[in-house]
Amino acid sequence: MPDLGKYADAVLSAYAVSILLLVGIVVLTLWRGRQARAEMDAVERRSGRNG
Amino acid sequence: MSLWEYANPVKFLRLSERVQPWLWAGAAICLGVGLVWGFFFTPDDFRQGSTVKIIYLHVPSALMAINAWFMMLVASLIWIVRRHHVSALAAKAAAPVGIVMTLIALFTGAIWGQPMWGTWWAWDPRLTSFLILFLFYLGYVALWEAIEDPDTAADLTAILCLVGTVFAVLSRYAVLFWNQGLHQGASLSLDKEENVADVFYFPLLVCIGGFVLLFLALVLYRTGTEIRLRRTRALMARETRSATLRAEEA
Amino acid sequence: MRALFFRDLALALRAGGGFGLGLAFFLIVVVLVPFSVGPQSALLTEIAPGVLWLGALLACLLSLDRLLAVDWEDGALDLLATSPLPLEGIVAVKAAAHWVTTGLPLVLAAPVLGVLLNLAPSGYGVLVLSLALGTPALSMIGAFGAALTVGIKRGGLLLSLLVLPLYVPTLIFGAEAARRAAQGLDPATPLFLLAGITLAVLAAMPFAAGAVLRVNLR
Repeated sequence: MPDLGKYADAVLSAYAVSILLLVGIVVLTLWRGRQARAEMDAVERRSGRNG
Repeated sequence: MSLWEYANPVKFLRLSERVQPWLWAGAAICLGVGLVWGFFFTPDDFRQGSTVKIIYLHVPSALMAINAWFMMLVASLIWIVRRHHVSALAAKAAAPVGIVMTLIALFTGAIWGQPMWGTWWAWDPRLTSFLILFLFYLGYVALWEAIEDPDTAADLTAILCLVGTVFAVLSRYAVLFWNQGLHQGASLSLDKEENVADVFYFPLLVCIGGFVLLFLALVLYRTGTEIRLRRTRALMARETRSATLRAEEA
Repeated sequence: MRALFFRDLALALRAGGGFGLGLAFFLIVVVLVPFSVGPQSALLTEIAPGVLWLGALLACLLSLDRLLAVDWEDGALDLLATSPLPLEGIVAVKAAAHWVTTGLPLVLAAPVLGVLLNLAPSGYGVLVLSLALGTPALSMIGAFGAALTVGIKRGGLLLSLLVLPLYVPTLIFGAEAARRAAQGLDPATPLFLLAGITLAVLAAMPFAAGAVLRVNLR
């Protein structure tokens, strides 16, 4: 851990907020993508069965 | 063989699936290396102390916030001129990523401004412009969400994006006229010797690369999601149509 | 075209078209300001130009969602679209009617409300001038926003979200001109820029709004 001096709070909170936001959008994106893929597969199977 | 071939959703998906692992891996490596390098292995600035480390998040996210809008503008133009659905969906996919980038830039800026300027927020031209950009992003996303018909939504948001770009640039200069600010000038330009010292410059470049790759990976993935959602919708519409047809025959 | 203009005027004047409503809203905003910031006349003098501009802008926003929605709901817009008049012209005429019924009264009322806010004597002329130059742009941009949201149920809130960021340049230059004049400085530069923005908006925005309306009528 580097010595951040008196600005440790600022630096750490900036990193925390940013990484949180980045991870947030990535997780949200992957989750929605997985959902959409499953939905499409389900509908495709159904329509394949029905002709 | 032309670039426009990838306007075909199936071809686009195939290519994007092939490129994506590389993009995700590249983003992870660049961000990992750049942030760790920046955070642990760069010295403090003699005036700003350790807060200079915020630059590795602040500058790349601010860059990407603007570039994301620019990408949306190009995609909207392609949609208006050539009517490729993938293009419209890519613009839609990029907007939330742009919002996150703008938020990161605003938050890290505020956190950086507090110890340096003694205030979280100042109505400085750069800060104000970013806030306005944020509002534009919000309006754009809200319009996409509000309209049922996907083609109408694509057309309207594309026009909003064009008009919004003009007004965003206008606002930028209006704000500059309105208040000269605290914010320093661009920290990156071609004659970099004048700006940021090398120790900070190289990890910063790596971080910028990481943000760019992450943005590309996210947008490609999200565009794929949008394509699948649209296909699901079309298939379901066909199902109900054939169901009603059968009901009418019976 | 002229017939459409007078029809819109008549409709706005007759029943609940918002004529006078915007004016009343403007008055109430201005009356509420001293309650929120305190009655010190020096403070009011200082913020008067900005408050008057902001009040006028919000009052302008108030009636925008009826600008096209009424004609959209009863089908009049489809009829107009089949008329030989281009959609761009229809939107421009409707924006003009909106300006006459909302913008113009606001411009005329502003100096009276300026008295309430203890506006500096040197500010009155330029305040009226800047509002007269700026409000047409507000109406035209608003017409674009109204065209964007016309097909959306309860689009009023979305309309404000879309339109308000577009109002930023007009507000900055307009309020800046009024402020400079009130402080006894030369307001020419912001006035010219304001006029430039208004002219550009009036020239280009009907096309954007017309394109949007065409998509919505498809």
